[in-house]
Amino acid sequence: MKSLGSIRRDFAPWNDPNAKPYIQFENVTKKFGDFTAVNNLSLTIFEREFFALLGASGCGKSTLLRMLAGFEEPTAGRILLDGQDLRGIPPYRRPVNMMFQSYALFPHMTVEKNIAFGLKQEGMPGPDIEKRVAEMLKLVKLEQFAKRKPHQLSGGQRQRVALARSVAKRPKVLLLDEPLGALDKKLREETQFELMDLQQNLGLTFVVVTHDQEEAMTMADRIAIIDKGEVMQVATPAEVYEAPASRFVAHFVGNVNMFEGKVAERSANTTRITGPSGAQIVVENGGGAAAANADIVFAIRPEKIKVSSKKPADAVNALEGEVYDVAYLGDMTVYHIRLDDGQIIRASALNAARVTEDPLTWNDRAWVSFRPDAGVVLAR
Amino acid sequence: MSNIAVTDTAMPSTAAKPFLTRLGAGFVNRLVIIVPYLWLLFFFLIPFVIVFKISLSQTAIAMPPYTPVLDFKGGVSGFFAGFRNLNFDNYVWLTQDALYFKAYVTSVIIAAISTLLTLIVGYPIAYGMSRAPATIRPTLLMLVILPFWTSFLIRVYAWIGILKPEGLLNQLLLSLHIINQPLVILNTYTAIFIGIVYSYLPFMVLPLYSSLEKMDYSLIEAAKDLGCPPTSAFWKITFPLSVPGVIAGCLLVFIPAVGEFVIPDLLGGSSTLMIGKTLWNEFFANRDWPVSSAVAVILLLLLTVPIMLFQQAQAKAQEQDK
Repeated sequence: MKSLGSIRRDFAPWNDPNAKPYIQFENVTKKFGDFTAVNNLSLTIFEREFFALLGASGCGKSTLLRMLAGFEEPTAGRILLDGQDLRGIPPYRRPVNMMFQSYALFPHMTVEKNIAFGLKQEGMPGPDIEKRVAEMLKLVKLEQFAKRKPHQLSGGQRQRVALARSVAKRPKVLLLDEPLGALDKKLREETQFELMDLQQNLGLTFVVVTHDQEEAMTMADRIAIIDKGEVMQVATPAEVYEAPASRFVAHFVGNVNMFEGKVAERSANTTRITGPSGAQIVVENGGGAAAANADIVFAIRPEKIKVSSKKPADAVNALEGEVYDVAYLGDMTVYHIRLDDGQIIRASALNAARVTEDPLTWNDRAWVSFRPDAGVVLAR
Repeated sequence: MSNIAVTDTAMPSTAAKPFLTRLGAGFVNRLVIIVPYLWLLFFFLIPFVIVFKISLSQTAIAMPPYTPVLDFKGGVSGFFAGFRNLNFDNYVWLTQDALYFKAYVTSVIIAAISTLLTLIVGYPIAYGMSRAPATIRPTLLMLVILPFWTSFLIRVYAWIGILKPEGLLNQLLLSLHIINQPLVILNTYTAIFIGIVYSYLPFMVLPLYSSLEKMDYSLIEAAKDLGCPPTSAFWKITFPLSVPGVIAGCLLVFIPAVGEFVIPDLLGGSSTLMIGKTLWNEFFANRDWPVSSAVAVILLLLLTVPIMLFQQAQAKAQEQDK
């Protein structure tokens, strides 16, 4: 049997042109009165994928999930699950289950009865239900809480009951609406890995809605960034972070510095950009080819910028400024450097050594430097 | 270290608190509890003791119409001498005349049926209100309470106009050719049911609404998501969660309906037998205060004992749930 790690390593159906899509949103639009929650959106999700819909609140990501569950019908377009059009199928006949943000545990039923609820609806015979419930309780490590009612459990335990109840029926797809939103930070981080292992072990397709980018990055195989009811980018966490498709995505996921400027000179591989103050940087072209004199931005992550007190001898791009702010976070230090042209650059340095020989502090002169391939060129 | 620092700063503040202020706070707290209990003592317990005492007396042609009348004319010993003449004859009398037993039983049955009918009518109203858009809910709530702005008596009288043989209902049905001759509704038990359901509906709707309104709608969605069709979701989720409201509403309708006098008197006619009417007859037609007091005491016991038992059972169930 293959280890979970090796399954994850090789899992990339989205790169396989022959892979059969499992869930398809085809030009889906959803309107509530005048408000367009989802605007002509298309999206493909593969079997066994852990897919995250990431976006700010009100961006339409929950509406997508509710349309998949059957609580809302699309105004236009269609949703296919395993080739079957879901239009008109009520939620209680869809082979998907949802874990609700509020957990929606039935307060008048014990943990056991909550988990058994869906199985009873299915008409599963009594002994089989008992077996499945015991299995689920073991899976979420709540065996000794079987007879408790939801109000007698902690937040983390309730979350696990909700999870057990939603996977008990072995749905084709499990929908998770902000599954970890109500947990505290530490528990949330632990649960993220538990959820990933559970998804792999059960071999289910997970679609998770979240506004927490860290959560999406940790758990998901692919992330769809949603804004105003439209997909901004669908890619693996690494691609979303390292190669954002637009300014919006670059800003939305993680921290980013933007150098605005005009294309001054283009060679086969590199572009020279002139900033408003005349400062020039040289960057690699990457995928986006920009015409000469075009307005562009160069987006670069803080950890890819080096801060030093002297100008690095071999750096292609080096800009001088002054330390404006320093935040020591333990594992790393975040510097805000005000360049001489006024722009503030955010740079972070890993604190690999316990004591730094040359600590930079407020008002020190400093140089920021970065490699030409450390960022991406985006349209303005 | 930090603990010591905290106690050090906290100590003087408690010590500095004026003694009178602390006494005052305790006194106000107690007063808040005492006032309603004093109210109950003066306006419920003492009148009840008086009624109970009268029920043990004998009827007499006098003012007031019973003996012995307890007073202090004969001194303390004379006051206590009066007690020796009290006995349970009136209660024995209640068991001897089948009229009273029948009146109690009919009242309980009528009240029970009316409560059930009120529940059946009230539940959909409360459910609809709780699912209505939040903006129009206050209006709907006000419409439920609106009838209270008119006198109860006038509203019951109005029903005579609707239900009588040549009344509005019969005229409507006749003109629509649904019936050929007027229905006899007034002066029957049907009229009593209509009257009680109509009059007590708000008492059913309000507690139901309050328990349905705070229910999380995502529970219904969760039930549907787990394969439960809407009707089944109602019986498995919505209804069980509204049971506290159902019980409260039923008690609020059932208790006053058992002793109801005005509705059976105005709508039920002379042939209907209910304990409220019996009570009224004993007091005002027969002027037999002792027997009617006994009727009232038994009615009270009949209503309070089951409620107390029920509440005890509920408290125990809640205790186990913790």
